[in-house]
Amino acid sequence: MASEARQATADDLTPGGERRRDFLYVATAAFAGAGVVPVAWSLVNQMNPSADVLALASIDLDLSAVQPGQAIKASWRGKPIFARHLTPEEIADAKKVDVATLRDPQKLEDRTKPGSEQWLITLGVCTHLGCVPLGAADGEAKGDFGGYFCPCHGSHYDTAARIRKGPAPLNLEVPPYQFKSPTSVTIG
Amino acid sequence: MSFPWAKQYQPTSEVGKWMDQRLPLPRFIFNALGPGYPTPRNLNAFYNFGVLAGVALVIQIITGVVLAMHFAADTRVAFDSVEHIMRDVNGGWMIRYMHAVGASFFFGVVYIHIFRGLYYGSYKPPREMIWMLGLVIFLLMMATAFMGYVLVWGQMSFWGAQVITGLFSALPIVGTSIQTWLLGGFSPDNATLNRFFSLHYLLPFVIFGVIVLHVWALHIPGSNNPTGIDVKSEADTVPFHPYYTAKDFVGLGIYLIVFAAFVFFIPNSLGEPDNYIPANPLSTPAHIVPEWYFWPFYAILRAFTTDFLGVPAKLWGVIAMFASILLLFLLPWLDTSPVRSNNYRPLSRILFWVFVVVALALGVCGGAPAEEPWVRLSQVLTAYYFAHFLIILPIVSKLEKTKALPGSISEAVLAKYGKGGGAAPVAQPAE
Repeated sequence: MASEARQATADDLTPGGERRRDFLYVATAAFAGAGVVPVAWSLVNQMNPSADVLALASIDLDLSAVQPGQAIKASWRGKPIFARHLTPEEIADAKKVDVATLRDPQKLEDRTKPGSEQWLITLGVCTHLGCVPLGAADGEAKGDFGGYFCPCHGSHYDTAARIRKGPAPLNLEVPPYQFKSPTSVTIG
Repeated sequence: MSFPWAKQYQPTSEVGKWMDQRLPLPRFIFNALGPGYPTPRNLNAFYNFGVLAGVALVIQIITGVVLAMHFAADTRVAFDSVEHIMRDVNGGWMIRYMHAVGASFFFGVVYIHIFRGLYYGSYKPPREMIWMLGLVIFLLMMATAFMGYVLVWGQMSFWGAQVITGLFSALPIVGTSIQTWLLGGFSPDNATLNRFFSLHYLLPFVIFGVIVLHVWALHIPGSNNPTGIDVKSEADTVPFHPYYTAKDFVGLGIYLIVFAAFVFFIPNSLGEPDNYIPANPLSTPAHIVPEWYFWPFYAILRAFTTDFLGVPAKLWGVIAMFASILLLFLLPWLDTSPVRSNNYRPLSRILFWVFVVVALALGVCGGAPAEEPWVRLSQVLTAYYFAHFLIILPIVSKLEKTKALPGSISEAVLAKYGKGGGAAPVAQPAE
């Protein structure tokens, strides 16, 4: 028996100090991992927005009835949109601010369309924690800077909807939009 | 696992013996909650709150399962289905009020349970794992309560979901994607409501599982006690049953009386009236506040109003709020004093009560509108909250001169209640 050559097994060390069984372990784990990862990802990914939610419905807004100083609210992707007709004084207020002093430096021109800078169209979603700021409807508080005021945590926005005071980090977001005519706009 | 003098389970009936050899469940109960679990003889009423928390969870699970039979997780009908429970379902109003008031009571009981652990040093070796598992339960409770509150789909539900998921948007780069992923959309909607319902049903059972681990970890060193010193002999303990089962039932009776008073007479006193307005994504309530049990953490979140160190205010608030709880996981290593109970730590005892006042004051700030003087006060209190754990406690536990500890639990008990002085009788539990 002792003189007979023993059958090599998976537990024998190779000259490199490895066993064949090590390869089997690695191959098994890799194969199982290759199966588990896509399944786990699909379980995570199912929580992302579904196709119907993503089907980005664009909306048309008719602005013809909105007088200077007024604003209208609309809903887009489940979020409120503010479309505001700025008065000449509000435009002047927004323009005389030194942009370098702002938390999120942007000029009024960066936030409106050329030739239609009296139309300030933004999301009505505070960039702090997502409340709807006040100031779009008649009689609502407009905050210390005459724009919008978020009552949740006290963020004040100016007449270009730029953050001026309070915890919000950014200006109110400007959604993608196109003017179809001087008083009609497509959002999305 | 237990003390050597613990009573041994002896099945008497043939059925009991048959069972013991096949599934020793009666033995398990005997050793966990019965005469087989020797417990320090000096536990006061504050040691009742662990059991009360367990009962509160059971009340939530039972009433919750019943509510789920009548609730519809769809944004179009969720609010109406809650009103349907209140008005049409037989006794539905009582079940729902028990569930809503029960959530508040669960938190109240757990807060007392946590502060009891803080006062008597129950987080210290060898009980660190019990403490940390308790914090895991607390975090799970917070997630469960938040998601349950959203299900009603009232104004506070909706805007609470908006604000709380908005916390994640503060994270750099991936924040907005995470918020969208949590919501299943760009704002709270049907996908959000459905997943919250699913998880709200799941998590209480996860909590139950972690409670099993919490109690298992407790049974290894056994309960701490008001003196904070270790059990040394049989004279220091009494069997859990009948001594603490009886005592816990008295406490439970009082708890249920108070609970019933709230359910039947002032069921809405702990809630926000705005949540009886159906959710409206286009109108934010003037004053968004969570339920009272989140107020201290909400105050910490709102305390950060300016950017510093290159980090936006919003992210600071979120980091601080999470840190305020995660910090507690480190408490066993921040408080290095070998003396557990604050009864023997004169300085730490004062600081404990200061901390209680600070925590309550943070609660008041969190429930107040985001304006002065509340914002400034929140900032000062938040600074103290962190200083208490990170600076004051580590220093005090090094410098403090503690009082002399009693020789044993029974010695402390007899010094307080023993008659005749002199020769202290050896305490023996009555048979």
